[in-house]
Amino acid sequence: MVEESGDSSDRKFSENAIVDLVRGKFPEGVTIGGIGPRRINARADRAALYKLCEFLKGDLGFEHVSSVSGVDRVDLFQVVYHISSYSNRCLLEITVDIPTDDPEIDSIAPLWGGADWHERETYDMFGIKFRNHPRMERIFLPEDTHYFPFRKDFKLWRR
Amino acid sequence: MAEMWINMGPQHPMTHGLWNLRVKVDGETIIEAEPVVGYLHRGWEKLTENRTYPQIIPLSDRLCYGASMSWSHLYCLAVEELMGVEVPERAEYIRVIVLELQRIASHLMWIAAYGTDLGLLTGFTYAMRERELFLDLLQSVTGARITYNYPRIGGVRNDLPAEFERDCLRALDFFEKKLDEYELIYDGSKIFLMRTQDVGVLTPSDGMNLGVTGPNLRGSGVKVDLRKTDPYSVYDELEWDMCTHPDCDCYARYRVRMEEMRMSAYIVRQALSKMPPGPFRVKPPRNAPKRTAVARVEDPRGEGLMYVIGDGTDKPYRLKVRSPIFVSVSAVPAILRGYKVADVPAIMGSIDMCLGETDR
Repeated sequence: MVEESGDSSDRKFSENAIVDLVRGKFPEGVTIGGIGPRRINARADRAALYKLCEFLKGDLGFEHVSSVSGVDRVDLFQVVYHISSYSNRCLLEITVDIPTDDPEIDSIAPLWGGADWHERETYDMFGIKFRNHPRMERIFLPEDTHYFPFRKDFKLWRR
Repeated sequence: MAEMWINMGPQHPMTHGLWNLRVKVDGETIIEAEPVVGYLHRGWEKLTENRTYPQIIPLSDRLCYGASMSWSHLYCLAVEELMGVEVPERAEYIRVIVLELQRIASHLMWIAAYGTDLGLLTGFTYAMRERELFLDLLQSVTGARITYNYPRIGGVRNDLPAEFERDCLRALDFFEKKLDEYELIYDGSKIFLMRTQDVGVLTPSDGMNLGVTGPNLRGSGVKVDLRKTDPYSVYDELEWDMCTHPDCDCYARYRVRMEEMRMSAYIVRQALSKMPPGPFRVKPPRNAPKRTAVARVEDPRGEGLMYVIGDGTDKPYRLKVRSPIFVSVSAVPAILRGYKVADVPAIMGSIDMCLGETDR
């Protein structure tokens, strides 16, 4: 507990304050799933994501994108953002559902340069396109690859 | 003046592995840079979807040959979070000890490689010699020099050997004297200072926005170290300081790593004296519940993060790895712009590349 109180003195917002501010700004489109010590889980609509990220970066002091990962849930795709704040000492997880027949979402690379390659990797492995990305191309695999290997319908040989 | 693209790599002494740096030069000045990675892509994340949870531990060792302990530890941390496993306290202390020894070994390898990059071959041989001390220590614990397969879901594989504390303290005493010697070699070399000071400046705001983490960001004066700001294991029970340097250049990154090695030695001494007796491993469940978990650690190279999804079986549904160097390399164009081609080895060397985790 001593560590926690010393922790909060130099923090801009606590987890609960962040959740309240996000709920106030986005009454619909964003739902908060759970709050833990230095962790917040949230789900966001595809349309609300970019606005939410702008708010996080501009007003709440989230400086750093830890990772952007794609998930293939077979009947839908998910993009999971881990956005962390150095000033609030907090990691925010945002899950966004995307239909498989229209795998597109707004890129957050214009806000955080650190998301650039993560989004390219997600495109490379899952075929999820990020709109307004500065360079939406494959990153690991050759340009002429005609499949997306991390999708669940891509089976490994003899496994 | 005619502009042109130059390929530095995939086979180039500067790259320390298989990747390609395309630079666009105007005369000798770099005006644009483009890193090309993927030569070592093994589909690691897909591979894990077809392995059971314990089978992935030795695989995660292979993510980085320089700091394999911290990757298998990160994997175990993520799965423990997913399964809700409580690790015994002794195991946490053992983990901190081996992780910090690994950090010293990794930084020593970096400083050795940086020495060869900048023409300090004496520094290379000295640092590699002392690195062997720590590899021997880790070998006495785990049985292997590089890929340890030591952390387990719910603890560590075996307890520390009987004479470990004595050997470890001896090695640290010896090593701390040697660190002073390195400082004489590196800081006393005019060539080293000329090639690193005011070269490769990364501003704090750029560093944060571009996702640079670890010693590279702390070299820009940003006070972020996940061992402190998002403590895991027993780091919050130990007393130690974050190492930062305000200069933002290659020399600052070198200083941060030197200080971190001292601090790691200090942490190991403390952990050895505080380590409680007790069990070092608990039995984890075989299957993971249907939920997600995330864990992040301060790797010697920056922020390592794993995001794992369980689906009720004994295999992960999805395992995502966030590699610190993958993101730091994407920030390289911003660092390189405006410097000369001859500065590229100094700047790229200061990033501490590891291709195994970059390409996965």
